[in-house]
Amino acid sequence: MLAYLIRRIFAVLVMLLVITLVTFGIFFLFPKLIGTDPALYFVGKQSDPIAIEGIRQKMGLDDPILVQFGKFVVGLVAGRTYANGPDVTQCAAPCFGYSFKTEQEVWPLLLDWLPVTLSLALGAVVLWVAGGVATGVVSALKRGTVLDRSAMGVALAGVSLPIYFTGMLVIALFSDQLGWFGRPEATFAEDPAKWFNGMILPWVSLAFLYAAMYARLTRATMLEVLNEDYIRTARAKGLTEPVVIGKHAMRSTMTPILTVLGLDLGALMGGAVLTEYTFSLHGLGYSAVRAISEHDLPVILGITLISAFFVVAANLIVDLLYAVIDPRVRLS
Amino acid sequence: MTTHRTSKRRLAAGTAVVLAAMLTATACGGADKKDDKGAASGGGFNAGIEKVANASDKKGGELKFVGTQDADSWDPQRGYYGFMWDFSRYYTRQLISFKPAPGKDSTELVPDLATAKAEISDGGKTYKYTLKDNVTWEDGSPVTAQDIKYGIERTWAQDVISGGPVYIQQVLDPKAEYPGPYKDTAPDKLGLKAIETPDAKTIIFKLPTPNGDFEQMLAMPAASPVKQDKDTAAKYGLKPFSNGPYKIDSYEPNKSMKLSRNENFKADSDTIRKALPDTISVTFMANADDMDKRLMNGEFDVDINATGIGQAARATALKDHKGNLDNGQTGFIRYAVMPQTVAPFDNIECRKAVIYAADKKSLQTARGGPQAGGDIAPNMLPLGIKGSDAKYDPYEVLKNDGKPNLDKAKEALKACGKESGFKTTIAVRNNKPVEVATAVSLQNALKQVGIEADVDQFDGAQHSGIIGSPKVVKEKGYGIIIMGWGADFPTGQGFSQPLVDGRFILQSGNNNYSELNDPAINTLFDQAIAETDPAKAGDIYKQMNQKVSEAAVYLPFVYDKTITWRSSRLTNAYTTDAYNGRYDYASLGVVK
Repeated sequence: MLAYLIRRIFAVLVMLLVITLVTFGIFFLFPKLIGTDPALYFVGKQSDPIAIEGIRQKMGLDDPILVQFGKFVVGLVAGRTYANGPDVTQCAAPCFGYSFKTEQEVWPLLLDWLPVTLSLALGAVVLWVAGGVATGVVSALKRGTVLDRSAMGVALAGVSLPIYFTGMLVIALFSDQLGWFGRPEATFAEDPAKWFNGMILPWVSLAFLYAAMYARLTRATMLEVLNEDYIRTARAKGLTEPVVIGKHAMRSTMTPILTVLGLDLGALMGGAVLTEYTFSLHGLGYSAVRAISEHDLPVILGITLISAFFVVAANLIVDLLYAVIDPRVRLS
Repeated sequence: MTTHRTSKRRLAAGTAVVLAAMLTATACGGADKKDDKGAASGGGFNAGIEKVANASDKKGGELKFVGTQDADSWDPQRGYYGFMWDFSRYYTRQLISFKPAPGKDSTELVPDLATAKAEISDGGKTYKYTLKDNVTWEDGSPVTAQDIKYGIERTWAQDVISGGPVYIQQVLDPKAEYPGPYKDTAPDKLGLKAIETPDAKTIIFKLPTPNGDFEQMLAMPAASPVKQDKDTAAKYGLKPFSNGPYKIDSYEPNKSMKLSRNENFKADSDTIRKALPDTISVTFMANADDMDKRLMNGEFDVDINATGIGQAARATALKDHKGNLDNGQTGFIRYAVMPQTVAPFDNIECRKAVIYAADKKSLQTARGGPQAGGDIAPNMLPLGIKGSDAKYDPYEVLKNDGKPNLDKAKEALKACGKESGFKTTIAVRNNKPVEVATAVSLQNALKQVGIEADVDQFDGAQHSGIIGSPKVVKEKGYGIIIMGWGADFPTGQGFSQPLVDGRFILQSGNNNYSELNDPAINTLFDQAIAETDPAKAGDIYKQMNQKVSEAAVYLPFVYDKTITWRSSRLTNAYTTDAYNGRYDYASLGVVK
C-alpha cells in the first residue's frame, strides 16, 4: 500500500511537471512560432516599442524557452525577482508568475479564487450525488413505472439544458420573482447565513446538470448489477431486499460512479466556467475566461496548473477509494 | 405493445408537464414587476440628454456603480479606457478639466487645480499656470507644481508603466530624449526640461512647436499630479493617492472598489465636482444580462462602462422603464474604410461605387437600429466636434433616406472600368458580432451591383498587428475594413488626425487604414493645430472633413448611440460629449 502510494505520488509529480512544460510551451513558445511576440500581450493600447522592450527585459522573454521554464520552476519553489533596471518586482514563493495586467502576483489570486470554486463544487457534489444516485436507484428498482419515466425525463432535460439557461431561469424565478434566495455576494467569513443563501441557486443549477447524468448512470449500472448472479444468490439465501440492494448491489454500482465523480470533481476544481459566469462568482473558471480574453498569460498558466493538480489528485484519491469500496481491488 | 404505448404516452405527458412548468417560469422571469423600485420615477426618457435629470444638491448615500469590465488601470498615467477617465476625477484632478455641463457644453475647458486657464505666450509655445492655494492630497499636504510635473513625467516611463496616452510626451519631447523619472539622474527626479516649476505654485510648459489642443491633453488623467514619495511605480494603479474629493478605501481588480470622502479635501477649491454621495462603490460582475436586470431591479445606479443595455433586456427596458433611459451619442463613428493600396480601390470611382451601393438603412439596422445603433452618418466628423456638420451629405445618403443609389453605383463602376463588378474582401473583427452583421449587410448590398465580397473575420484582439499593418492589409487583399473610432479628446485633431493624416501611417498599430496621404489635408491639420482659437480651428476642420469625403475612402455607417440606464434615485445625471456620452460621474448624487 505504502509503496503503491509513493509510486503514485511520484508519478503525479512527474505528470504535473510535464503538464507545466507543455502549458508553458503553449503560452511562451507557440506565439513565437506563429510570429507573435508574447511581450505584445502584456502592453496596453499603446504598443510603444519602449514598453514592449521593458516587458521583454522584465520577464526574460529573450531567454531560450528551457531557461525560461527553469526560472519558472525555480520560482515555484524559491520565489522570483522580475527586474528591468531600477524597476524591480518581487514575487514570493510559490511564484506562479506575475500578472502584468493587474500588477498582482498570481499565487495570492489563485488562493483568493480557489475557495469560491471549491465551495461551489463541493456543495454541488453533495447535492448531485445524493439526488442523482437516489433517483437512479429508485428508477432502476421501479423500472418502467411513471416514477421511472418522469425521473428520467427530468434527467434528460437536466443533461440537455445548458447552465446559462437553467441558471438565468432559477435567478428569474427564485431570486427576482419569489425573492427566496439572494445572489452569491457575501463570503463565508463575512456572513455565513447570507453566503449559504446566496450559494443555493448556483449549487442547485450546477447539481441539476450533473445529477441528471448521475441518475442515468446509476440507473443503467444498477439494472446491470441487479441481473448479476450474486444478486440472485443473495436473494436465494433469503437476504432482505434492503440488504441485497444497500449492501451488495450498491457497492458494485458505486465503482463506475466513483470513477466519473473523480474526473468530474477534478475538472470542476478548475472552475465551473458557465456556472461561475452566470452567477458572477469570482472563482477559477470565470477568472480563467477573463484572463484568456485579456491574454493574461501568467494567470492562465496558474489556473491551468492548479486545475491539472486537482484532476490528477482526484484520480489518485479515486484509485485509493476503489480498494475501500470494491473488495476485488487490491492496491499493490 | 399496449403497455409500451401507455408508457410512451405517460412519458409524453410527463415531459409536457415539465416543459410547461419551465415555460411558466420563463414567462414570470421575462416580465418585470411593475412596482419595481427601478420603475418608480425615472425622470423621463432622455431627461439626461442636453439637460440635467433630477437636479439636486443633497449630499449623502452610497452611489452604486456596476460593470462587467474593470479599468485597464486606475493609475492616472496608465488608464486609457474612456470610463476610467470619467471615474478617475473622483480621486484625481488636473490643472484644467471639462466643464460640468450636459452635451456639447461639456467639451469646454475650465480651470481645476489652476486658478485660470493657461496664459499662452511666445506664439503658442509657452503655457503658464498658477495653482490654487487650497488644493491638497489625502494626507493634507498641498498639491504642488512639482507634484504635477512629476506625475506628467511618469508618462515618459513607458518601460515601467505602459498603456496610457502619450500625447503630452509627443508634444513636449517629440524625440523622446527624457528617460522618465525612474531613470532620471537629477536628484529630485524632475529632469524634464520642457516643464519648469519656478515655485510650488507656478508651472510652465515649453512646447517646441505650438499645438492648439495642448490644454485638451492637460485635461486628461495622464496630466494628474503624483506625489513622489507615494509613487509605487507599476503598482500605483492598485491604490492611487488621492487629491480629489474621494479616496480609495479598497480595490480588488475585476471584483470591487470602494471610495469614501477624502477628509482633507477642500471643497471650496473645486468648482467642478459636486461630490454628493458619502460613499461610492463599484461592483464588477461577469454576466452582462444579469447586470442589466439588477440595474432595472434598482440594485445598482449606473453601468460604469456605459456600453448600453444589452439586447436581452433592451425590449423590456424600453417598454416598462423608458423614463429611466437616455439614448445619447457616444461620439464614435462606425464605418467601412477602403485601403487605396488594394486594387481596384486605388481607383476613386470603384470606391465611390461601394459608397453608393451600400444600404445604409440595413447597416443601421445591423448596428441595432436608430436607438441602439445610432443615426445614419453622412460624413466622417462626429457631431460633438467643432467643425462637424450633420447636414453635409456629399453622397446624398440622407436625401435618399439611407437607401442604396444603384444607378450612381453602376455609373461609378463603369467609370472605374469594372462595369460588371469585381471581387474583394471585407475584413471584420471576429469578437464584435454587431460588426460582423454590418459586414454581411454590406456584402449583400454590394452583390446588387456585381461586387462579390468575401467576409474575412480576423482575430479582433490582434487587430493592431493585422489591419494595423499596411503590409498585412495588402497581402491579404483587404479591400474593405469595418471599424469604429472615437476621439481621445474632442477636437478635429483628436478624432481625425490618426485616421486621415498621411504622416500618421504606421507600420504597426496604424489607424489610417485607407493610407490617405493628401498634402492639402495634412496642411489643413497643421493650420488648425497652430490655431489657439477653437472656433477658427473648427472652420479649418470643416474644410478638412469635406476633403476627406471627396477622397471617397470612408463609408460612414452611423453616429454611434447607446441606451444607458439611469436609476430612479440618481440625481444630477446628464450625458457629456467630453466623456463619450457617459454621465458626468463627478456630478452624480443619490439623494433627491
